[in-house]
Amino acid sequence: MSEHNRGHQHDHEHARTFQRDHDDGGPLPYLQVMEIAVRELLIEKGVITPEQIRRQIERMDARGHSRGARVVARAWTDPAFKARLLANGRAGCDEMGISDLEALHLVVVENTADVHNVIVCTLCSCYPKPLLGLPPAWYKSLPYRKRMVREPRAVLKEFGLELPDDVVVRVHDSTADMRYMVLPRRPEGTEDWSEEKLAATVSRDCLIGVALPHALKQ
Amino acid sequence: MKSRFRAGDAVSVRAAYPPGHIRTPYYIRGKQGVIERICGEFANPEELAFGRDGLPKRPLYRVRFRQRHVWPHYSGAVEDTVDIEIFEHWLEPATSKAMT
Repeated sequence: MSEHNRGHQHDHEHARTFQRDHDDGGPLPYLQVMEIAVRELLIEKGVITPEQIRRQIERMDARGHSRGARVVARAWTDPAFKARLLANGRAGCDEMGISDLEALHLVVVENTADVHNVIVCTLCSCYPKPLLGLPPAWYKSLPYRKRMVREPRAVLKEFGLELPDDVVVRVHDSTADMRYMVLPRRPEGTEDWSEEKLAATVSRDCLIGVALPHALKQ
Repeated sequence: MKSRFRAGDAVSVRAAYPPGHIRTPYYIRGKQGVIERICGEFANPEELAFGRDGLPKRPLYRVRFRQRHVWPHYSGAVEDTVDIEIFEHWLEPATSKAMT
């Protein structure tokens, strides 16, 4: 029986459709108890089935950063598209026919020879999930959220990214309705590469701004 | 709703500490920056948090701050910045020019 069922007298199959981000063994917070209660009521009343919940969780978990990487590769190969994407991130994604963007208001920030961008949400863990999937655990951790905003160069160095002083570091704190994605610089030696091959150089961390893309070794 | 500020305007973040669900981080209250862009108008999260409709919508801005101004002991480059989304009712015209 998993942690979240402490305090519940039953062990219905549906209880196992829930998963926690972190299992710290502490008492269940109020909202988590409420979530379990509402979910169980919806199931008992036949509004949704445990299988539907499971499929939805798996669908959300399966989303990765591939759509974000495709947007970057398009921007690298089409300067006019890049200009439109930087002016209005959402419109750029719509133009590529990306579906299920939900209420995404996207700001794309461009790395250049002189500027490096990195994303954080100091208040919670806001993240462009429709493009990047679920955020990594470290993105939601207190140390990342507290430190990235006040000592970004030290944190980037811990990620293996040491930036010279003449490169400006811009931290973007995602505090309200906008979501952010970094447009990294195109790696050297990729001039004749296809969009698909270019997209493969763009890792999730590149899109958050804690890594840089590299041309893959053949 | 007409937005009060334009890109490039110098602004101060109100140094206020009301209770409730506030999306203006503590660390930026009382600091001065420059409007980077107008994001549009969005329902007020301080009202949404209590189950109300958050209307009328409020103008939301991205404001750019110099890290050296925000963190007195910041050791990175002078030009380093932090950009933060802030609702209009948290902003006032700047009284000095910390960014310019």
